[in-house]
Amino acid sequence: MHAAWCCIRDGCTSMSRSGDEHGALMDLGHDTPQVPAKARNTSPIVPRGSIAGRALVAVVAIMTFLASITTGAVLLISASASEWQSEVASEITIQVKPMGGRDLERDTLAVADAVRAQPGIVEVRPYTKAESASLLEPWLGTGLSLDDLPVPRVIIARVSPGTALDIAGLRNRVTQAVPNSSVDDHRAWIERMRSMTSATVLAGLGILALVIIATIISVSFATRGAMAANRPIVEVLHFVGAGDRFIANRFFRHFLRLGLQGGVIGGGAAMLAFGFSESVASWFSGTPVGDQFAALLGTFSLRPSGYFALAVQAALIAGITAWASRRTLFSTLNDID
Amino acid sequence: MVRFENVGLRYGLGPEILRDLNFEIPAHSFQFLTGPSGAGKTSLLRLLFLSMRPTRGLVNLFGNDISLLGKDEIADLRKRIGIVLQDFRLLDHMTTYENVALPFRVMGRDESTYRREVIDLLKWVGLGERMDALPPILSGGEKQRAAIARAVIARPLLLLADEPTGNVDPTLGRRLLRLFIELNKSGTAVIIATHDITLMDQYDARRMVLHQGRLHIYE
Repeated sequence: MHAAWCCIRDGCTSMSRSGDEHGALMDLGHDTPQVPAKARNTSPIVPRGSIAGRALVAVVAIMTFLASITTGAVLLISASASEWQSEVASEITIQVKPMGGRDLERDTLAVADAVRAQPGIVEVRPYTKAESASLLEPWLGTGLSLDDLPVPRVIIARVSPGTALDIAGLRNRVTQAVPNSSVDDHRAWIERMRSMTSATVLAGLGILALVIIATIISVSFATRGAMAANRPIVEVLHFVGAGDRFIANRFFRHFLRLGLQGGVIGGGAAMLAFGFSESVASWFSGTPVGDQFAALLGTFSLRPSGYFALAVQAALIAGITAWASRRTLFSTLNDID
Repeated sequence: MVRFENVGLRYGLGPEILRDLNFEIPAHSFQFLTGPSGAGKTSLLRLLFLSMRPTRGLVNLFGNDISLLGKDEIADLRKRIGIVLQDFRLLDHMTTYENVALPFRVMGRDESTYRREVIDLLKWVGLGERMDALPPILSGGEKQRAAIARAVIARPLLLLADEPTGNVDPTLGRRLLRLFIELNKSGTAVIIATHDITLMDQYDARRMVLHQGRLHIYE
Protein backbone atom coordinates (compact mmCIF):
# COMPACT_ATOMS: atom_id res chain seq x y z
CA MET A 1 0.00 0.00 0.00
CA HIS A 2 1.40 3.42 -0.88
CA ALA A 3 0.58 6.83 0.41
CA ALA A 4 -0.84 9.29 -2.01
CA TRP A 5 0.42 12.76 -1.33
CA CYS A 6 -0.41 13.62 -4.94
CA CYS A 7 -4.04 13.13 -3.99
CA ILE A 8 -3.76 16.13 -1.71
CA ARG A 9 -2.15 18.07 -4.52
CA ASP A 10 -5.08 17.19 -6.76
CA GLY A 11 -7.63 18.34 -4.22
CA CYS A 12 -8.85 14.99 -2.96
CA THR A 13 -10.64 15.28 0.36
CA SER A 14 -12.02 11.77 0.85
CA MET A 15 -9.11 10.18 2.56
CA SER A 16 -9.17 7.45 5.12
CA ARG A 17 -6.65 5.55 7.18
CA SER A 18 -7.66 2.26 5.62
CA GLY A 19 -7.88 0.71 9.03
CA ASP A 20 -4.21 1.24 9.73
CA GLU A 21 -3.13 4.10 11.93
CA HIS A 22 0.10 4.50 10.06
CA GLY A 23 -1.22 3.29 6.74
CA ALA A 24 -1.71 5.10 3.48
CA LEU A 25 -3.96 8.07 3.02
CA MET A 26 -5.39 6.37 -0.03
CA ASP A 27 -4.38 3.71 -2.46
CA LEU A 28 -3.16 4.88 -5.83
CA GLY A 29 -3.85 1.46 -7.32
CA HIS A 30 -1.60 0.66 -10.24
CA ASP A 31 -0.69 4.25 -10.94
CA THR A 32 2.89 3.92 -9.79
CA PRO A 33 4.95 7.10 -10.07
CA GLN A 34 8.43 6.92 -11.49
CA VAL A 35 10.89 6.64 -8.63
CA PRO A 36 14.55 5.77 -8.71
CA ALA A 37 15.15 2.06 -8.32
CA LYS A 38 18.32 2.67 -6.37
CA ALA A 39 18.15 3.12 -2.62
CA ARG A 40 18.53 6.72 -1.58
CA ASN A 41 19.29 6.25 2.11
CA THR A 42 23.03 6.18 1.79
CA SER A 43 24.12 8.55 4.53
CA PRO A 44 24.86 7.05 7.92
CA ILE A 45 22.67 8.53 10.65
CA VAL A 46 25.81 9.36 12.63
CA PRO A 47 28.46 10.72 10.24
CA ARG A 48 31.82 8.99 10.52
CA GLY A 49 33.70 12.27 10.43
CA SER A 50 31.94 13.53 13.55
CA ILE A 51 33.77 11.05 15.75
CA ALA A 52 37.43 11.64 16.57
CA GLY A 53 38.27 8.24 15.16
CA ARG A 54 41.97 8.45 14.42
CA ALA A 55 42.92 9.54 17.91
CA LEU A 56 40.86 6.76 19.45
CA VAL A 57 42.27 4.13 17.10
CA ALA A 58 45.77 5.32 18.05
CA VAL A 59 44.97 5.11 21.78
CA VAL A 60 43.47 1.63 21.50
CA ALA A 61 46.36 0.48 19.27
CA ILE A 62 48.98 1.73 21.76
CA MET A 63 47.14 0.19 24.70
CA THR A 64 46.77 -3.12 22.88
CA PHE A 65 50.45 -3.06 21.94
CA LEU A 66 51.52 -2.43 25.55
CA ALA A 67 49.16 -5.10 26.84
CA SER A 68 50.41 -7.59 24.24
CA ILE A 69 54.07 -6.88 25.01
CA THR A 70 53.37 -7.35 28.72
CA THR A 71 51.49 -10.59 28.15
CA GLY A 72 54.12 -11.88 25.74
CA ALA A 73 56.94 -11.11 28.19
CA VAL A 74 55.06 -12.80 31.04
CA LEU A 75 54.44 -15.85 28.84
CA LEU A 76 58.14 -15.99 27.86
CA ILE A 77 59.36 -15.72 31.44
CA SER A 78 56.81 -18.24 32.71
CA ALA A 79 57.75 -20.73 29.99
CA SER A 80 61.50 -20.33 30.66
CA ALA A 81 61.00 -20.55 34.41
CA SER A 82 58.96 -23.72 34.14
CA GLU A 83 61.64 -25.23 31.87
CA TRP A 84 64.34 -24.39 34.43
CA GLN A 85 62.21 -25.75 37.22
CA SER A 86 61.52 -29.04 35.50
CA GLU A 87 65.19 -29.44 34.61
CA VAL A 88 66.34 -28.64 38.12
CA ALA A 89 63.64 -30.72 39.79
CA SER A 90 64.66 -33.79 37.82
CA GLU A 91 68.14 -33.75 39.36
CA ILE A 92 69.40 -34.33 42.86
CA THR A 93 72.86 -33.42 44.09
CA ILE A 94 74.57 -35.47 46.79
CA GLN A 95 77.62 -34.07 48.45
CA VAL A 96 80.19 -36.32 50.14
CA LYS A 97 82.50 -34.35 52.41
CA PRO A 98 86.00 -35.57 53.22
CA MET A 99 86.47 -36.77 56.76
CA GLY A 100 89.67 -37.59 58.57
CA GLY A 101 90.50 -41.28 58.56
CA ARG A 102 88.10 -42.10 55.73
CA ASP A 103 88.78 -42.75 52.06
CA LEU A 104 86.81 -40.20 50.05
CA GLU A 105 86.91 -42.35 46.88
CA ARG A 106 85.43 -45.31 48.68
CA ASP A 107 82.83 -43.15 50.44
CA THR A 108 81.78 -41.66 47.10
CA LEU A 109 81.30 -45.10 45.56
CA ALA A 110 79.36 -46.30 48.64
CA VAL A 111 77.03 -43.31 48.46
CA ALA A 112 76.59 -43.81 44.69
CA ASP A 113 75.60 -47.44 45.30
CA ALA A 114 73.16 -46.37 48.02
CA VAL A 115 71.58 -43.79 45.69
CA ARG A 116 71.28 -46.34 42.87
CA ALA A 117 69.34 -48.62 45.20
CA GLN A 118 66.73 -45.91 45.81
CA PRO A 119 63.53 -46.46 43.74
CA GLY A 120 62.91 -43.68 41.21
CA ILE A 121 66.56 -42.96 40.45
CA VAL A 122 67.41 -43.68 36.82
CA GLU A 123 70.97 -42.44 36.55
CA VAL A 124 73.76 -41.79 39.03
CA ARG A 125 76.93 -40.00 38.06
CA PRO A 126 79.70 -39.47 40.63
CA TYR A 127 82.11 -36.69 39.70
CA THR A 128 85.76 -37.77 39.61
CA LYS A 129 88.51 -35.81 41.29
CA ALA A 130 89.50 -34.24 37.95
CA GLU A 131 85.91 -33.25 37.19
CA SER A 132 85.57 -31.71 40.66
CA ALA A 133 88.74 -29.71 39.99
CA SER A 134 87.35 -28.45 36.69
CA LEU A 135 84.15 -27.36 38.50
CA LEU A 136 86.29 -25.19 40.77
CA GLU A 137 88.46 -23.79 38.00
CA PRO A 138 86.39 -20.61 37.49
CA TRP A 139 87.09 -19.67 41.12
CA LEU A 140 90.44 -21.22 41.92
CA GLY A 141 92.18 -21.26 38.54
CA THR A 142 93.99 -24.10 36.80
CA GLY A 143 96.91 -26.23 37.89
CA LEU A 144 95.79 -26.48 41.48
CA SER A 145 96.33 -29.70 43.40
CA LEU A 146 93.15 -30.68 45.24
CA ASP A 147 94.97 -33.20 47.43
CA ASP A 148 95.71 -30.52 50.01
CA LEU A 149 92.18 -29.11 50.01
CA PRO A 150 89.12 -30.66 51.68
CA VAL A 151 87.07 -30.50 48.49
CA PRO A 152 83.83 -32.49 48.71
CA ARG A 153 82.84 -34.87 45.96
CA VAL A 154 79.58 -34.39 44.08
CA ILE A 155 77.21 -37.06 42.82
CA ILE A 156 74.43 -36.13 40.39
CA ALA A 157 71.38 -38.39 40.36
CA ARG A 158 68.63 -38.14 37.74
CA VAL A 159 65.09 -38.82 38.88
CA SER A 160 62.67 -40.75 36.70
CA PRO A 161 60.16 -38.25 35.23
CA GLY A 162 56.82 -38.25 37.01
CA THR A 163 58.17 -40.07 40.07
CA ALA A 164 57.54 -38.72 43.55
CA LEU A 165 60.93 -39.40 45.07
CA ASP A 166 61.14 -40.30 48.77
CA ILE A 167 63.71 -37.67 49.72
CA ALA A 168 63.64 -38.51 53.43
CA GLY A 169 64.27 -42.18 52.63
CA LEU A 170 67.13 -41.24 50.31
CA ARG A 171 68.67 -39.00 52.99
CA ASN A 172 68.49 -41.85 55.49
CA ARG A 173 70.03 -44.29 53.09
CA VAL A 174 72.87 -41.90 52.16
CA THR A 175 73.77 -40.91 55.74
CA GLN A 176 73.72 -44.55 56.78
CA ALA A 177 76.24 -45.33 54.04
CA VAL A 178 78.43 -42.28 54.78
CA PRO A 179 77.56 -40.07 57.75
CA ASN A 180 79.30 -37.05 56.31
CA SER A 181 77.14 -36.80 53.19
CA SER A 182 74.13 -34.60 52.36
CA VAL A 183 71.31 -34.56 49.80
CA ASP A 184 70.17 -31.38 48.04
CA ASP A 185 66.94 -31.62 46.05
CA HIS A 186 67.19 -27.90 45.02
CA ARG A 187 63.83 -27.23 46.67
CA ALA A 188 64.87 -23.85 48.07
CA TRP A 189 66.09 -22.72 44.66
CA ILE A 190 62.89 -23.91 42.97
CA GLU A 191 60.81 -22.10 45.58
CA ARG A 192 62.73 -18.89 44.91
CA MET A 193 62.21 -19.38 41.19
CA ARG A 194 58.50 -19.99 41.72
CA SER A 195 58.07 -16.83 43.75
CA MET A 196 60.01 -14.85 41.17
CA THR A 197 57.78 -16.18 38.38
CA SER A 198 54.64 -15.48 40.41
CA ALA A 199 55.85 -11.95 41.09
CA THR A 200 56.48 -11.44 37.37
CA VAL A 201 53.02 -12.76 36.46
CA LEU A 202 51.42 -10.56 39.13
CA ALA A 203 53.31 -7.51 37.86
CA GLY A 204 52.18 -8.36 34.33
CA LEU A 205 48.57 -8.68 35.47
CA GLY A 206 48.88 -5.34 37.27
CA ILE A 207 50.18 -3.65 34.12
CA LEU A 208 47.39 -5.28 32.09
CA ALA A 209 44.79 -4.01 34.56
CA LEU A 210 46.23 -0.48 34.33
CA VAL A 211 46.26 -0.63 30.53
CA ILE A 212 42.65 -1.82 30.45
CA ILE A 213 41.53 0.88 32.91
CA ALA A 214 43.34 3.53 30.84
CA THR A 215 41.63 2.17 27.70
CA ILE A 216 38.19 2.33 29.34
CA ILE A 217 38.78 5.91 30.49
CA SER A 218 40.05 7.01 27.05
CA VAL A 219 37.12 5.37 25.30
CA SER A 220 34.64 6.90 27.73
CA PHE A 221 36.07 10.37 27.07
CA ALA A 222 36.01 9.78 23.31
CA THR A 223 32.41 8.55 23.48
CA ARG A 224 31.31 11.54 25.55
CA GLY A 225 33.04 13.85 23.08
CA ALA A 226 31.34 12.15 20.14
CA MET A 227 27.96 12.35 21.85
CA ALA A 228 28.47 16.03 22.65
CA ALA A 229 29.46 16.73 19.03
CA ASN A 230 26.42 14.85 17.79
CA ARG A 231 23.91 16.08 20.34
CA PRO A 232 21.71 17.74 17.67
CA ILE A 233 21.48 14.39 15.87
CA VAL A 234 20.54 12.62 19.11
CA GLU A 235 17.81 15.19 19.77
CA VAL A 236 16.37 14.84 16.27
CA LEU A 237 16.38 11.07 16.61
CA HIS A 238 14.44 11.46 19.84
CA PHE A 239 11.97 13.73 18.02
CA VAL A 240 11.26 11.11 15.41
CA GLY A 241 10.66 8.46 18.05
CA ALA A 242 14.00 6.67 18.21
CA GLY A 243 14.62 4.86 21.47
CA ASP A 244 17.93 4.91 23.34
CA ARG A 245 18.81 1.46 22.04
CA PHE A 246 18.41 2.56 18.41
CA ILE A 247 20.51 5.68 18.97
CA ALA A 248 23.17 3.87 20.98
CA ASN A 249 23.49 1.24 18.24
CA ARG A 250 24.21 3.93 15.63
CA PHE A 251 27.20 5.14 17.71
CA PHE A 252 28.15 1.71 18.94
CA ARG A 253 28.92 0.47 15.42
CA HIS A 254 31.46 3.26 14.99
CA PHE A 255 33.17 2.53 18.29
CA LEU A 256 33.20 -1.22 17.74
CA ARG A 257 34.89 -0.66 14.36
CA LEU A 258 37.39 1.79 15.87
CA GLY A 259 38.12 -0.65 18.71
CA LEU A 260 38.67 -3.51 16.27
CA GLN A 261 40.97 -1.36 14.12
CA GLY A 262 43.02 -0.35 17.16
CA GLY A 263 43.11 -3.93 18.44
CA VAL A 264 44.28 -5.31 15.10
CA ILE A 265 46.96 -2.64 14.68
CA GLY A 266 48.29 -2.88 18.26
CA GLY A 267 48.05 -6.67 18.52
CA GLY A 268 49.51 -7.14 15.03
CA ALA A 269 52.44 -4.83 15.82
CA ALA A 270 53.15 -6.75 19.04
CA MET A 271 53.09 -10.09 17.20
CA LEU A 272 55.46 -8.70 14.58
CA ALA A 273 57.73 -7.44 17.37
CA PHE A 274 57.88 -10.91 18.93
CA GLY A 275 58.45 -12.53 15.54
CA PHE A 276 61.23 -10.02 14.82
CA SER A 277 62.86 -10.53 18.24
CA GLU A 278 62.87 -14.27 17.55
CA SER A 279 64.80 -13.60 14.35
CA VAL A 280 67.18 -11.24 16.13
CA ALA A 281 67.80 -13.89 18.82
CA SER A 282 68.63 -16.44 16.15
CA TRP A 283 71.09 -14.00 14.51
CA PHE A 284 72.95 -13.65 17.83
CA SER A 285 72.83 -17.36 18.56
CA GLY A 286 76.32 -18.66 19.46
CA THR A 287 77.60 -15.26 20.58
CA PRO A 288 78.16 -14.57 24.33
CA VAL A 289 75.23 -12.11 24.37
CA GLY A 290 72.98 -14.57 22.57
CA ASP A 291 73.94 -17.34 24.98
CA GLN A 292 73.18 -15.14 27.99
CA PHE A 293 69.76 -14.35 26.57
CA ALA A 294 69.16 -17.98 25.73
CA ALA A 295 70.11 -18.96 29.28
CA LEU A 296 67.71 -16.37 30.71
CA LEU A 297 64.77 -16.49 28.31
CA GLY A 298 65.25 -19.77 26.47
CA THR A 299 64.85 -19.41 22.72
CA PHE A 300 63.08 -16.04 23.14
CA SER A 301 60.26 -17.31 20.98
CA LEU A 302 56.54 -17.33 21.69
CA ARG A 303 54.77 -20.60 21.16
CA PRO A 304 51.76 -20.69 18.80
CA SER A 305 49.53 -20.69 21.90
CA GLY A 306 51.26 -17.42 22.93
CA TYR A 307 50.37 -15.79 19.60
CA PHE A 308 46.83 -17.09 20.01
CA ALA A 309 46.71 -15.54 23.49
CA LEU A 310 47.82 -12.19 22.02
CA ALA A 311 45.12 -12.38 19.34
CA VAL A 312 42.47 -13.18 21.96
CA GLN A 313 43.73 -10.29 24.08
CA ALA A 314 43.51 -7.86 21.14
CA ALA A 315 39.91 -9.00 20.52
CA LEU A 316 39.22 -8.61 24.24
CA ILE A 317 40.50 -5.03 24.24
CA ALA A 318 38.35 -4.25 21.17
CA GLY A 319 35.42 -5.76 23.07
CA ILE A 320 36.22 -3.69 26.16
CA THR A 321 36.34 -0.58 23.96
CA ALA A 322 32.89 -1.38 22.60
CA TRP A 323 31.53 -2.18 26.07
CA ALA A 324 32.93 1.03 27.58
CA SER A 325 31.50 3.05 24.72
CA ARG A 326 28.08 1.41 25.05
CA ARG A 327 28.01 2.03 28.79
CA THR A 328 28.90 5.70 28.29
CA LEU A 329 26.38 6.01 25.45
CA PHE A 330 23.49 4.91 27.63
CA SER A 331 24.52 7.04 30.59
CA THR A 332 24.91 10.08 28.30
CA LEU A 333 21.58 9.39 26.58
CA ASN A 334 19.92 9.48 29.97
CA ASP A 335 21.08 13.08 30.29
CA ILE A 336 19.95 14.10 26.79
CA ASP A 337 16.27 14.31 26.00
CA MET B 1 -6.58 11.41 23.02
CA VAL B 2 -4.77 14.04 25.12
CA ARG B 3 -5.95 15.14 28.54
CA PHE B 4 -4.37 17.71 30.84
CA GLU B 5 -5.66 18.04 34.41
CA ASN B 6 -4.45 20.83 36.69
CA VAL B 7 -1.11 20.87 34.95
CA GLY B 8 1.50 23.38 36.08
CA LEU B 9 5.03 23.91 34.86
CA ARG B 10 7.94 25.86 36.24
CA TYR B 11 11.62 25.89 35.32
CA GLY B 12 13.80 25.29 38.35
CA LEU B 13 12.74 27.48 41.24
CA GLY B 14 11.25 30.15 38.99
CA PRO B 15 7.57 31.15 38.81
CA GLU B 16 5.03 28.86 37.20
CA ILE B 17 4.90 29.66 33.51
CA LEU B 18 1.95 27.36 32.86
CA ARG B 19 -0.81 27.23 35.46
CA ASP B 20 -3.81 25.00 36.03
CA LEU B 21 -4.11 23.76 32.49
CA ASN B 22 -7.26 21.70 32.00
CA PHE B 23 -8.12 20.67 28.47
CA GLU B 24 -8.59 17.77 26.12
CA ILE B 25 -7.44 17.29 22.55
CA PRO B 26 -9.94 14.95 20.93
CA ALA B 27 -8.86 12.60 18.17
CA HIS B 28 -9.27 14.03 14.64
CA SER B 29 -9.51 17.60 16.03
CA PHE B 30 -7.82 20.71 14.68
CA GLN B 31 -6.78 23.64 16.84
CA PHE B 32 -4.60 26.68 16.82
CA LEU B 33 -2.53 27.47 19.89
CA THR B 34 -1.84 31.14 20.15
CA GLY B 35 -0.83 33.83 22.58
CA PRO B 36 1.75 36.56 22.99
CA SER B 37 5.46 35.82 22.86
CA GLY B 38 6.67 34.22 26.07
CA ALA B 39 3.16 33.02 26.97
CA GLY B 40 4.41 29.43 27.09
CA LYS B 41 3.30 28.05 23.71
CA THR B 42 6.57 26.25 23.07
CA SER B 43 6.63 24.90 26.63
CA LEU B 44 3.12 23.53 26.20
CA LEU B 45 4.16 21.91 22.92
CA ARG B 46 7.14 20.35 24.70
CA LEU B 47 4.82 18.97 27.36
CA LEU B 48 2.62 17.55 24.62
CA PHE B 49 5.66 16.08 22.91
CA LEU B 50 6.84 14.48 26.16
CA SER B 51 10.21 16.19 26.01
CA MET B 52 9.54 17.47 29.52
CA ARG B 53 7.31 16.50 32.40
CA PRO B 54 4.93 18.84 34.23
CA THR B 55 5.81 20.11 37.67
CA ARG B 56 2.34 19.12 38.81
CA GLY B 57 -0.92 17.73 37.48
CA LEU B 58 -1.81 14.85 35.23
CA VAL B 59 -0.96 14.45 31.57
CA ASN B 60 -2.66 11.58 29.82
CA LEU B 61 -1.59 10.81 26.28
CA PHE B 62 -3.18 8.12 24.12
CA GLY B 63 -4.62 6.61 27.32
CA ASN B 64 -1.29 6.60 29.19
CA ASP B 65 -0.46 8.54 32.32
CA ILE B 66 2.93 9.88 31.26
CA SER B 67 4.24 10.03 34.83
CA LEU B 68 4.21 6.22 34.81
CA LEU B 69 6.06 5.76 31.53
CA GLY B 70 9.68 4.73 31.05
CA LYS B 71 12.00 6.05 28.34
CA ASP B 72 11.27 3.25 25.88
CA GLU B 73 7.53 3.69 26.24
CA ILE B 74 7.88 7.43 25.71
CA ALA B 75 9.93 6.79 22.56
CA ASP B 76 7.14 4.51 21.30
CA LEU B 77 4.52 7.17 22.00
CA ARG B 78 6.59 9.76 20.14
CA LYS B 79 6.36 7.63 17.01
CA ARG B 80 2.66 8.56 17.01
CA ILE B 81 3.43 12.29 17.28
CA GLY B 82 4.86 14.52 14.59
CA ILE B 83 6.51 17.80 15.52
CA VAL B 84 7.64 20.79 13.49
CA LEU B 85 9.95 23.08 15.42
CA GLN B 86 10.77 26.71 14.74
CA ASP B 87 14.43 25.89 14.13
CA PHE B 88 13.58 22.99 11.77
CA ARG B 89 16.15 20.60 13.27
CA LEU B 90 17.17 19.02 9.97
CA LEU B 91 20.31 16.87 9.91
CA ASP B 92 22.86 18.72 7.82
CA HIS B 93 24.73 15.64 6.63
CA MET B 94 21.62 14.04 5.17
CA THR B 95 19.82 14.98 1.98
CA THR B 96 16.32 16.40 2.05
CA TYR B 97 14.99 12.98 1.05
CA GLU B 98 16.89 11.24 3.85
CA ASN B 99 15.73 13.81 6.41
CA VAL B 100 12.10 13.30 5.44
CA ALA B 101 12.49 9.51 5.38
CA LEU B 102 14.16 9.47 8.82
CA PRO B 103 11.02 8.47 10.81
CA PHE B 104 10.60 5.40 8.59
CA ARG B 105 14.27 4.54 8.97
CA VAL B 106 13.91 4.72 12.75
CA MET B 107 10.89 2.42 12.51
CA GLY B 108 13.14 -0.07 10.76
CA ARG B 109 11.14 -0.11 7.53
CA ASP B 110 12.75 -1.15 4.28
CA GLU B 111 13.33 1.77 1.93
CA SER B 112 11.43 0.18 -0.93
CA THR B 113 8.23 0.33 1.16
CA TYR B 114 8.28 4.11 1.58
CA ARG B 115 10.39 5.56 -1.22
CA ARG B 116 7.40 6.50 -3.38
CA GLU B 117 5.58 8.01 -0.45
CA VAL B 118 8.53 10.23 0.48
CA ILE B 119 9.08 11.38 -3.09
CA ASP B 120 5.38 12.18 -3.54
CA LEU B 121 5.32 14.25 -0.37
CA LEU B 122 8.50 16.07 -1.30
CA LYS B 123 7.03 16.92 -4.70
CA TRP B 124 3.86 18.09 -3.06
CA VAL B 125 5.63 20.47 -0.71
CA GLY B 126 7.59 21.82 -3.67
CA LEU B 127 10.89 20.09 -2.91
CA GLY B 128 10.77 17.59 -5.77
CA GLU B 129 13.83 19.16 -7.34
CA ARG B 130 15.66 19.49 -4.02
CA MET B 131 15.52 15.88 -2.86
CA ASP B 132 19.25 15.38 -3.06
CA ALA B 133 20.18 18.79 -1.67
CA LEU B 134 21.71 19.08 1.77
CA PRO B 135 19.93 21.37 4.28
CA PRO B 136 22.76 23.95 4.45
CA ILE B 137 22.03 24.96 0.86
CA LEU B 138 18.24 25.08 1.28
CA SER B 139 16.49 28.41 1.83
CA GLY B 140 14.61 29.04 5.08
CA GLY B 141 11.30 28.25 3.40
CA GLU B 142 12.63 25.03 1.91
CA LYS B 143 13.94 23.94 5.29
CA GLN B 144 10.55 24.71 6.79
CA ARG B 145 8.81 22.54 4.20
CA ALA B 146 11.29 19.72 4.66
CA ALA B 147 10.73 19.84 8.44
CA ILE B 148 6.96 19.71 7.94
CA ALA B 149 7.30 16.84 5.49
CA ARG B 150 9.38 14.92 8.05
CA ALA B 151 6.77 15.52 10.74
CA VAL B 152 3.82 14.33 8.65
CA ILE B 153 5.39 11.55 6.58
CA ALA B 154 4.61 8.78 9.07
CA ARG B 155 0.99 9.86 9.41
CA PRO B 156 1.12 10.77 13.11
CA LEU B 157 -1.99 10.59 15.27
CA LEU B 158 -1.06 13.98 16.70
CA LEU B 159 0.79 16.71 14.83
CA LEU B 160 2.37 19.58 16.74
CA ALA B 161 3.65 22.53 14.73
CA ASP B 162 5.45 25.51 16.20
CA GLU B 163 5.05 28.49 13.84
CA PRO B 164 5.05 26.23 10.78
CA THR B 165 4.42 29.04 8.32
CA GLY B 166 6.79 31.54 9.86
CA ASN B 167 9.38 31.33 7.07
CA VAL B 168 7.26 30.90 3.98
CA ASP B 169 5.36 33.29 1.72
CA PRO B 170 1.58 33.59 2.08
CA THR B 171 0.88 31.36 -0.93
CA LEU B 172 3.00 28.53 0.37
CA GLY B 173 1.65 29.19 3.87
CA ARG B 174 -1.86 28.55 2.58
CA ARG B 175 -0.67 25.42 0.83
CA LEU B 176 0.97 24.10 3.98
CA LEU B 177 -2.17 24.89 5.96
CA ARG B 178 -4.07 22.81 3.39
CA LEU B 179 -1.64 19.97 4.00
CA PHE B 180 -2.38 20.14 7.72
CA ILE B 181 -6.11 20.29 7.06
CA GLU B 182 -5.98 17.26 4.76
CA LEU B 183 -3.86 15.40 7.27
CA ASN B 184 -6.43 16.28 9.92
CA LYS B 185 -9.23 14.98 7.70
CA SER B 186 -7.38 11.73 7.37
CA GLY B 187 -7.49 11.32 11.15
CA THR B 188 -4.55 13.22 12.60
CA ALA B 189 -5.24 15.64 15.43
CA VAL B 190 -3.41 18.89 14.68
CA ILE B 191 -2.17 21.64 17.00
CA ILE B 192 -0.59 24.62 15.28
CA ALA B 193 1.13 27.15 17.52
CA THR B 194 1.16 30.48 15.74
CA HIS B 195 0.97 34.26 16.06
CA ASP B 196 -0.30 34.55 12.54
CA ILE B 197 -3.86 35.88 12.73
CA THR B 198 -4.19 35.71 8.91
CA LEU B 199 -3.37 32.01 8.99
CA MET B 200 -5.91 31.38 11.74
CA ASP B 201 -8.56 33.33 9.87
CA GLN B 202 -8.18 31.02 6.90
CA TYR B 203 -9.64 28.05 8.73
CA ASP B 204 -12.40 27.87 11.23
CA ALA B 205 -10.93 25.84 14.06
CA ARG B 206 -10.77 25.70 17.80
CA ARG B 207 -8.44 28.32 19.30
CA MET B 208 -6.44 27.75 22.44
CA VAL B 209 -5.13 31.05 23.75
CA LEU B 210 -2.37 31.14 26.32
CA HIS B 211 -2.22 34.29 28.40
CA GLN B 212 -0.14 34.79 31.52
CA GLY B 213 0.31 31.06 31.88
CA ARG B 214 -3.38 30.25 31.72
CA LEU B 215 -5.22 28.68 28.84
CA HIS B 216 -8.49 29.97 27.38
CA ILE B 217 -10.25 27.86 24.81
CA TYR B 218 -12.57 29.24 22.13
CA GLU B 219 -14.49 26.49 20.36
